[in-house]
Amino acid sequence: MPKQLHVFVENKPGRLESVTEVLYKNGINVIAFTIQDRGDFGMLKLLADKPDQAYLVLADKGFACAVKDVMMVAIKDKPGNLYKLTSVLLRHKVNIIDAHGFVIEPGKKGVCCLELAETKGVKQLLEKEGFSLMDEEKLAGLLL
Amino acid sequence: MAKAYWNKAEETLERNTLRKLQLKRLRETVGWALKTPFYRARLRKAGIFSTRDIKRLDDLKKIPFTTKDDLRECYPYGLLSVDLKDVVRIHTSSGTTGTPTVIYHTREDVARWTDLVARCIVATGAGKKDVFQNMMSYGMFTGGLGLHYGAERVGMTVIPIGSGNTKRQIQLMHDFKTTVAHITPSYMLHIYSKLSEANLSVSDLSLKKAYLGAEPYSENTRKKIEGLLGIDAYNSYGLSEMNGPGVAFECVYKRGMHVWEDAYIIEVIDPRTLEESCAEQEGEVVFTTLTRSATPLLRYRTRDLAFIYEGGCKCGRTHRKISRITGRTDDMLIVNGVNVYPSQIEEVIMRIPQVGTNYQIYLEKEGSLDKLVVKVEIYSKMFKGDLRELDALRERMQEDLRASIIISPAIELHEPGSLPVFEGKAKRVVDTRQKL
Repeated sequence: MPKQLHVFVENKPGRLESVTEVLYKNGINVIAFTIQDRGDFGMLKLLADKPDQAYLVLADKGFACAVKDVMMVAIKDKPGNLYKLTSVLLRHKVNIIDAHGFVIEPGKKGVCCLELAETKGVKQLLEKEGFSLMDEEKLAGLLL
Repeated sequence: MAKAYWNKAEETLERNTLRKLQLKRLRETVGWALKTPFYRARLRKAGIFSTRDIKRLDDLKKIPFTTKDDLRECYPYGLLSVDLKDVVRIHTSSGTTGTPTVIYHTREDVARWTDLVARCIVATGAGKKDVFQNMMSYGMFTGGLGLHYGAERVGMTVIPIGSGNTKRQIQLMHDFKTTVAHITPSYMLHIYSKLSEANLSVSDLSLKKAYLGAEPYSENTRKKIEGLLGIDAYNSYGLSEMNGPGVAFECVYKRGMHVWEDAYIIEVIDPRTLEESCAEQEGEVVFTTLTRSATPLLRYRTRDLAFIYEGGCKCGRTHRKISRITGRTDDMLIVNGVNVYPSQIEEVIMRIPQVGTNYQIYLEKEGSLDKLVVKVEIYSKMFKGDLRELDALRERMQEDLRASIIISPAIELHEPGSLPVFEGKAKRVVDTRQKL
């Protein structure tokens, strides 16, 4: 499964700058990111080309961070496709803890990145419904 | 000014007679103390085996001091001197760590305490005709129940609302024409600032007096409160170890608080040398109970700093007066009238694996009220990247702290290594509050 890096960041000027500086200096490319806000702090979630290395360099600099498995579903960038995805998950009562999405090719391809309460069997389920799931390699391949 | 007394004979006892009464009661108290495991051992070591070993008041000095740590170590029964079936009330208060301290009262103890509070109320010129709104916390905090009992004894109309809920406080104050309030100075100022939101002004209220206690404040704050609300404000002093409120209280002349010396022996000592301070010199206040049978305390070090005023009072009371409390000899914090030790907070933090050992206790003012913020660092090794876990962590810390220090502080989570680091005995308390 693809990996997402979660970093604890205080909500004050300069914190994202510090994280991105470490990543930049170690030649790590960020594919996508999102922030969950909790007022005085937030959780930075990012997809990188080398997630394990990103984790190590950030941890080394003292950041509280963790690598999490996420489900990445490739969907056509067309109206109704996100709805189709969430409908399938609803039918099988799979709860989405957190999600973000981004477009790779406008009008053609988007990616939905999901943190799910229960992942068992979901992959097969989605594939049966015609969705294609991305693995780590495919994710890194987005950058090529 | 009219001189009203609750019990004129007791309150105006000639000094010599008062001292004789103190000696008689000290003997009685030593007798009670000898029934407790803690004092039996300690008094024997000091050569005191029976009440006969107390021959004069000065013999008190043979007895070692009692500290808050002693009380904590005696928890729960080490200082109980009567059969538990004769105890009608227990008050615990926070210790310097998670172990609380406890004071027991028999029915007679509560009655005597109540009587002292009644004296205080009448000494301020209040009485039966007054409507008394008790805005101090009830429950284990002695401020609420102590004044409540005293006010009922005097025959006042008591509104036992307790602390908090400002809108309702103001409504009841208005609707029942409250004349006397028992309140912390910061909450009094807060109430004042909220009057306009209730479309009221000071002239719509009937308030005449406020009894201010539970937190330190200056003479200027008293003047400010008196000026803003057009009332007389009286300084009140007490501590749960000495029952609670009713230890010392100001009379109508508002120049120091009369200590009821037939119920407490007061000493003022230099906290370093433990020698008695000179007259009118500031030092640590030490009390000995004289009328509490269930939990006698001998030479209890309050950690409060104050001094004794020499000379009499125009009100005619012969019981000496002490100054307002000018500070503490330990690191105890007072947050909206609640006593908090940094060590209690540290103890809770150290129990929680998801946060590091570096922390900061931050105090600020939010309007007139105090705000306590506990800042901790996320511990990297325990970080799982789950926001819901962090929410749960914050909640758990709040609950654990509430169990230990009674109030719920705001919890701030910080990045590892972001809080200032201190070497040696950490100076982790940052108090930005302006002195009231």
